[in-house]
Amino acid sequence: MATTTREWLLTESPASRMQARLGRSYRVLLALLRNPLAVLGALIVLALVVLALFAPFFATHSPYAAVLADRLKPPSAEFWLGTDELGRDIWSRIVYGARITLTIVLLVAAIAAPLGMVVGAVSGYLGGWTDRILMGITDIFLSMPKLILALAFVAALGPGIENAVIAIAITSWPAYARIARAETLTIRNSEFISAVRLQGASAARVIVRHILPLCTSSVIVRVTLDMAGIILTAAGLGFLGLGAQPPLPEWGAMISRGRAFILDQWWVATMPGFAIVIVSLGFCFLGDGLRDVLDPKGSSRQ
Amino acid sequence: MAIEPAVEPVKASGAASRARAGRRFATSLAAFVLTTALTFLGLLAITFFIGRVIPIDPVLAVVGDRAPQDVYLRVRTEMGLDRPLVVQFVSYVGDVLTGNLGMSVSTQRPVLEDLSHVFPATLEMATLGIIIGVALGVPMGVWAASRQGSYIDQAIRVVGLLGYSVPAFWLGLLGLLVFYAKLRWVGGPGRLDIFYDGLVPARTGLILVDSLLAGDFDVFRNAVSHIVLPAAILGFFSLAYIARMTRSFMLDQLGQEYVTTARVKGVPERAVIWRHAFRPIRVPLITVIGLSYAGLLEGSVMIETVFSWPGIGNYLTSALLNADMNAVLGATLVIGAVFIAINKVSDVLYRVLDPRAR
Repeated sequence: MATTTREWLLTESPASRMQARLGRSYRVLLALLRNPLAVLGALIVLALVVLALFAPFFATHSPYAAVLADRLKPPSAEFWLGTDELGRDIWSRIVYGARITLTIVLLVAAIAAPLGMVVGAVSGYLGGWTDRILMGITDIFLSMPKLILALAFVAALGPGIENAVIAIAITSWPAYARIARAETLTIRNSEFISAVRLQGASAARVIVRHILPLCTSSVIVRVTLDMAGIILTAAGLGFLGLGAQPPLPEWGAMISRGRAFILDQWWVATMPGFAIVIVSLGFCFLGDGLRDVLDPKGSSRQ
Repeated sequence: MAIEPAVEPVKASGAASRARAGRRFATSLAAFVLTTALTFLGLLAITFFIGRVIPIDPVLAVVGDRAPQDVYLRVRTEMGLDRPLVVQFVSYVGDVLTGNLGMSVSTQRPVLEDLSHVFPATLEMATLGIIIGVALGVPMGVWAASRQGSYIDQAIRVVGLLGYSVPAFWLGLLGLLVFYAKLRWVGGPGRLDIFYDGLVPARTGLILVDSLLAGDFDVFRNAVSHIVLPAAILGFFSLAYIARMTRSFMLDQLGQEYVTTARVKGVPERAVIWRHAFRPIRVPLITVIGLSYAGLLEGSVMIETVFSWPGIGNYLTSALLNADMNAVLGATLVIGAVFIAINKVSDVLYRVLDPRAR
């Protein structure tokens, strides 16, 4: 009896672990495809990744080379989005800026999400005083204004992309800790955890092998939803001159430089802003869609 | 009697249960006070830590890097930097509690004095912003929920998501470009035109209030023309959040049986929405509005920079660029403390007003 790939993926009785995993991913994908906004969001995020990976291919000019004869040219067939005060093509700079945005977002996610998950899972699994102390620290961080805290950290560490990433990561892990703790509390007393413990598994093994994997989907949803905020904070730091430093084509910094010409050469400050809005919206749409699929409990409470 | 109200069945022996309730209230009050105090202490610990990890040596900043070793050590002792960290932290907390936030290097005045000058400007803008946000956001959320799935609902949802995706400073620049430079509908950056500056005596520091108290309507009109754009932009961001939360609270209520009952009885839809479904969500909305207000104080940092608004956000960013650490930490501390305080107050209001949370 020949089965199609689709039937193999959607089978109710998968024969292997890999088949089960692939089948689950396929179901998530199918559900996402039914949501037009989520598809739009995914396409935008995909476009960001492609632009960042193949920036030299999409850029029409050099993002750094100043051509003073071409300074402050309006959008045209040659300069799609116009040029800035040094005659650099804004489209090309936005394309290269995608690399910076993507790097910041990925680094923040790679630092804050695992950190928050481990804190939350340890706190929820061990309970008692560990829980009280860890959650106390988490709550203190949660009740702080994030942007102000990030600003203060950058002020102390000095401007630059790395320090901006650290500052944003420091302010965004507590949300993931809260989520991971809530998930841990619901699965801590399940039978499969007891079974693993009776086999002699240590707390570390239970947390790493059995609890953290089950927290990932809700954390992924939350991280995707947070991406827009991370992009806005990073751009804000860039705008204030505390993030990426010139001549790097960071979108927020580009807006800040275009500010001086806003009245007569509106495109210099406006165009990078559209890039920020589109990419942030893309992450929001994708995150909303993912939440509807992966975390149906949370979706009724928008 | 099919529908029982959700009241605890415990009604026996009034005095005993009242005493138990009183004890429960006392414990929860004590827990609340403790966590609030710990949160403020945490904020202090963070600003203290930030002040200590700066790569710039505070002693070198005073004596210069060519000072001889003995001068360096003497100044270090005078500044108290040779003491254990815990002792330094305790004296830092003491300083902050007595209102000593240090001197600002750039303004040559105590930071606390500077902050008391700039804070009213921020308060004025954020308050107007939250008023705009609530006045538009709540009806929009209710409207979206009452037409769930319609185009209006989708449109309001997109407006809400835009609130999470548009950089505030960029929207501010666009607003200045369109409404100030091109259309001339609003006043430009700053709180007043130079011509009107200093015409009314500062009593509250809120120009809108001061000009009315002085009876000077020209100044009032000019102040309104300046504040309306930044406040509307702040209002847009709180509107996005408030509308989103109102919609989801309303959807919860509209799915309940009592709403169906009211509809079946023939209560007009308007009354079902406003008199039945809206009433119970007023309490959670207070928390949302509180959070949003606190968020606006934070969001004003970016807006103030764009609009050259002489508030705490502008003070903070210019201190950042001048590496004026006392001013940075002082402003962070004040914004953080106000932020926490608003959060805690809305938390308390929620507990007092919602009988289930008592």
